[in-house]
Amino acid sequence: MPIKTREDLMQLKAQLPDETSYRMTILLCGGTSCLSSESDIIDEMLREKIEKNHLENEVNLVKVGCLRFCGEGPIMFISPDDIAYVRLTIKDVSDIFEQHILRGHIVDRLLYVDGAQNKTVPAPKDMDFFKKQQRIALRNVGDIDPRSIEAYVAREGYEALRRCISDMRADEVINVVRKSGLRGRGGGGFPTGLKWAYTASVKSDEKYVICNADEGDPGAFMDRSIIEGDPHSLVEAMIIAGYANGASEGHIYIRAEYAISIEPLRLAIDKAREHGFLGTHIFGSEFSFDIHIKLGAGAFVCGEETALIRSMEGHRGEPDKKPPFPSESGFRGKPTSVNNVETYVNIPAIILRGADWFASIGTERSKGTKVFALAGQLRNIGLVEVPMGTTFREIIYDIGGGHPEGKQIKAVQIGGPSGGVITEDFFDTPIDYDSLIAIGAMMGSGGMIVMDEDSDMVEIAKFYLDFTQDESCGKCTPCRIGTKRMYEILERLTAMEGDPQDLERLETLGENIKNASLCGLGQTAPNPVLSTMKFFREEYEAYAYRTKRTSYLIDGKQCIGCTKCARVCPVDCIAGKVREVHTINENDCIACGACYDACPTNAIVKP
Amino acid sequence: MREKILDRSTLDTALLARLDAYIDSLKGDKQEQLIHVLHKAQELFGHLPHNLQLYVAHALGLSGARVNGVVTFYSFFNEEPVGKYVTSVCMGTACFVKGADKVLERTLNLLGTKKGEMSPDGLFTVKDIRCIGACGLAPVVTINEKVYGKVKVGQIDDILSRYRGEKRAD
Ligand SMILES: Cc1cc2nc3c(=O)[nH]c(=O)nc-3n(C[C@H](O)[C@H](O)[C@H](O)COP(=O)(O)O)c2cc1C
Ligand code: FES
Repeated sequence: MPIKTREDLMQLKAQLPDETSYRMTILLCGGTSCLSSESDIIDEMLREKIEKNHLENEVNLVKVGCLRFCGEGPIMFISPDDIAYVRLTIKDVSDIFEQHILRGHIVDRLLYVDGAQNKTVPAPKDMDFFKKQQRIALRNVGDIDPRSIEAYVAREGYEALRRCISDMRADEVINVVRKSGLRGRGGGGFPTGLKWAYTASVKSDEKYVICNADEGDPGAFMDRSIIEGDPHSLVEAMIIAGYANGASEGHIYIRAEYAISIEPLRLAIDKAREHGFLGTHIFGSEFSFDIHIKLGAGAFVCGEETALIRSMEGHRGEPDKKPPFPSESGFRGKPTSVNNVETYVNIPAIILRGADWFASIGTERSKGTKVFALAGQLRNIGLVEVPMGTTFREIIYDIGGGHPEGKQIKAVQIGGPSGGVITEDFFDTPIDYDSLIAIGAMMGSGGMIVMDEDSDMVEIAKFYLDFTQDESCGKCTPCRIGTKRMYEILERLTAMEGDPQDLERLETLGENIKNASLCGLGQTAPNPVLSTMKFFREEYEAYAYRTKRTSYLIDGKQCIGCTKCARVCPVDCIAGKVREVHTINENDCIACGACYDACPTNAIVKP
Repeated sequence: MREKILDRSTLDTALLARLDAYIDSLKGDKQEQLIHVLHKAQELFGHLPHNLQLYVAHALGLSGARVNGVVTFYSFFNEEPVGKYVTSVCMGTACFVKGADKVLERTLNLLGTKKGEMSPDGLFTVKDIRCIGACGLAPVVTINEKVYGKVKVGQIDDILSRYRGEKRAD
């Protein structure tokens, strides 16, 4: 039955069993990291035990999206006890069931231990990882069953849409978005309200709204986590965008590889259609709208909006010159508003709580929060949503818990293949669009990778350039040929076959590619190189002057002679007797890192 | 790709019938949905040989060159057959900073193959992929659907031999 009124929404909500009728609710993480560590099997086993003991009406086991603390997964939250169990394995299921569920005894060994302070922290809200976070985009992720439309509606889902359609004109919706100060989370930071106002103002028989869910940054998974954990927020936001922009069709562009995200998304779209949120006469009005999924096939450049549109039309995803902007002439040549996943899911919250509320969070010119996928050489790894204006230091040390072995953190990479590194000197910079530009970095889509003193910045830069030269679509020469040449120079340098002039070559070439490329891919591709050259020139020089050591070494003071390294070395270049200091033959070492992984005492020194 | 005459004899008719049914079921502009059709074709046939590309081209009224242009543009499409076990080493940033490049190198060495090519025994194709969203487990290797997290260079031989063993069994 189509939902037409607020009363209908209330009725739908009433179909969800009342959570307070359960004795206990268990949220089990179903994010990719946790699924990979068998959280799906844990779910099945626990469910079976609950059913066998006829506890379905007492114990509410919900498989949710990402619980965000990926490094501690698989993870589960239990309420009302307010505790988390972490790093679960299938062997822990019976203890959780027998001890906790049946007897109410906490299983101490499964509680989270804060390694930085060496203490057990049972309640999620007391964990440093969560303390400084503020959730708007991730407001439902990890809290609700992504497969249940009732659960979404119970959290005021589709109420923002109802208000827009029943109480507001399209231009009023746009005005709220404008006043909120929301800027695009896909990287560019363009004001969303302005984009919508422009698309809405162009006269046309048909318009489109598109969701960019390509998420091509190789170190990022925020958008997918949102889609997996709270797909209805995206669906609702796109319908609102359709209403505001004057479009009757929406398309979500996502890679076929992201099958784990596509499945709940399809389900959400079907459910929304079933309940009349999609289709004709939405909330009893004259407004009609539907959403389709368009599959990509793995090309970074397709995240760029004009290339994305070409790809949606069934072509090679090559970018076009702008202007005309998609707002004027986009998908099928019609006015099109392209927005990122995270941008969209902020919209229902803004409609419900008001533009002033949203604008009160963040900095002068960057409002709201930003989600980061925090990873690298850090104690706490996972999804982090913080108000704009939070500093790098707060994210790395307060939320991230610093380096697991207390090593020096040398740099943070932000903005993915288009971004750059930030060094310790800038860790107190409040993060927003403009402050990052001012220090030569950029917000990007949200990948944030922390690197320690052992990291080789030339190798990191080479990694990104290998990525961009591979992903360059080939349409324009500076990007196609230029990035290849830069990559070759880096290869030469790291093979110790370069010379000092290579450093100047890299810089000139980099500047030229930035200035002459057609689209954002080429215009930003040299950034990882140029920014590491700026801050870590001595590392480049060590290669250029060929003074860099290329083999691993053993620190005699740390080595306990356990022989573990010698046993794993694939080229047998480590010698030494049991309980005596071992040595590596520098000439034979292939720098594979096997010994480094195997050593229990951190005695191996990286090149 | 030269515009060869379509030779259907190399293509399984039962699978072609399923592909036809899929194409028939599409609503709206079918040419626009070329990428969806190619996904279906690859799902059915495992890879996209030239004859299959030509078949799709004919079915949608497109030129073979247009279809081949699209197939070669996107990394998800394979023109060559792939091994029984697609071994993907995540080369996303988080995995890279935890040594994924060493994992990839070792995997290729052990299998005696190159990136994207089938191993001599036809069992494995090694690919590098980008962030699979399991950065908490970096570095990550997947073999078909199975995900291996926190992989150490020294463990790869062991992991691969589980799959090699399976062949001996059957
Ligand atoms: C090479 C390149 C890759 C991009 N990849 C993405 C992406 O994966 N996701 C995304 O939302 N935006 C990406 N963008 C930005 C889009 O072009 C576009 O600005 C964005 O989707 C607009 O949405 P927003 O205003 O909500 O951020 C990319 C841009 C470039 C130049
Ligand atoms: S970078 Fe490998 S899983 Fe994210």
